[in-house]
Amino acid sequence: MTGWRAGIAATCLAIAIWQGVIWATGVARFILPPPTLVAQTIWDSRALLAEHALITMSEVLIGFVLGGVLGFISAIGLVASPTARALVRPILVFSQSIPVFALAPILTLWLGFGLGSKIAMALIIIYFPVTSSFFDALMRTNRDWIGLAQVMGAHPARIMWHIRVPAALPGFASGLRLAAVYAPIGAIIGEWVGASKGLGYLMLLANGRAKTDLMFAALIVLAILTVLMHAGVNRLCERFFDRPDEP
Amino acid sequence: MTAPITITGSASIDGTPIFSGLDLTLAPQKWTCLLGASGVGKSTVLRLFAGLTEGVTFDGTLHVPDRVALMAQRDLLLPWLSVFDNVMVGARLRGERPDRDRAAERLAQVGLSDHADKLPAALSGGQRQRVALARTLMEDRDVVLLDEPFSALDALTRAQMQDLTAELLTDRTVLLVTHDPAEAARLGHTITIMTPSGRIDVPAPTTPIPRALNAPEVLHAQTDLFDRLRSPL
Repeated sequence: MTGWRAGIAATCLAIAIWQGVIWATGVARFILPPPTLVAQTIWDSRALLAEHALITMSEVLIGFVLGGVLGFISAIGLVASPTARALVRPILVFSQSIPVFALAPILTLWLGFGLGSKIAMALIIIYFPVTSSFFDALMRTNRDWIGLAQVMGAHPARIMWHIRVPAALPGFASGLRLAAVYAPIGAIIGEWVGASKGLGYLMLLANGRAKTDLMFAALIVLAILTVLMHAGVNRLCERFFDRPDEP
Repeated sequence: MTAPITITGSASIDGTPIFSGLDLTLAPQKWTCLLGASGVGKSTVLRLFAGLTEGVTFDGTLHVPDRVALMAQRDLLLPWLSVFDNVMVGARLRGERPDRDRAAERLAQVGLSDHADKLPAALSGGQRQRVALARTLMEDRDVVLLDEPFSALDALTRAQMQDLTAELLTDRTVLLVTHDPAEAARLGHTITIMTPSGRIDVPAPTTPIPRALNAPEVLHAQTDLFDRLRSPL
């Protein structure tokens, strides 16, 4: 439980610094609102925040699941087929050199202002880390296991499914842990570029009306949801994918 | 199954010759021990018999049944499967229906019935190697290839494992690759030393295996092997 205590202590420290900066510099509250005001705003606007948070979280969760499934399948495909590997890997790496920000307007154009374009953004941003960490883990399968399976007369597909995939699940899990933190970034970018709902939209709206306290409130709600999502994914990964190191 | 199991020829890995002019026959239903210094190609011979030719260029003839069983120095248990499922992993990998009764029998033979539901991580090194033996027995092949399966075990466990393995693999054609002269002296019906210049057959004791560690003929064979390994022709 030291993790929890450290987390609470770190949060208190951050709030103390925040308040300290305001006292020390006397900065105007529409530039940097004090923590108490933001807390007040979170409470007063809870219905509004909840409504928009629900939208953002749906985008994030759907994008996360789709990206996870797609990454899982792609990594297996890339490992199973050397041809696919030779053709697709350069494309994958190249695609990473395109800033996701640049894609957001195009996705909004293609998929509209609704959930679709944000789900696509979340999916695109997590697809590479998930695929890449699962792929690396699959490629690292103990060769001796594969040799033994071959001696036993196993078909390559069965070696994949019964040995390589289970052996690589911890690698898949580390991809998912990254994805849990990245997916909200994708969804928020999507909302900034064009949306009528969601925490990202709310932040832009609040900014436009100089409601800095509401902006901060939305930001903090987003941060809390991301931390919770990461914790949840972490628990699921520990439960299903991780295993203690072998001697 | 009475067809002789032989390998003749030469092999190289990435252009580096591993052995050449080798001519080795495994006596049917006997234990053949293959000794030799590290890097002389013992394991390559075993891998060729096993059909694991990846990376090896082999030039020669090889007579071996389609299906053999393999047991290696590392137990190669799958850490996410229970002991029981590890014993049956061959059937699962071939897409066959696993014979649970026979698996339970094999596990009983190696004395691990009480550990069937545990994960391999909960077992000691010796117990894990016994599970690997049960898995090898489960394959039920006429030809069994043993690649230094006892070398990672402590002395006492090693002696016990040797006894158990010899007892459970009687009447099989066994190739045991080892660098331990004592092990060869205890377990070999035929003992062959592989050297860079060829193969040396060493007379093995004629008593049944597993032989006692301190039997005079075992000690004698062991000293003899030591001498030959130290000063190869």
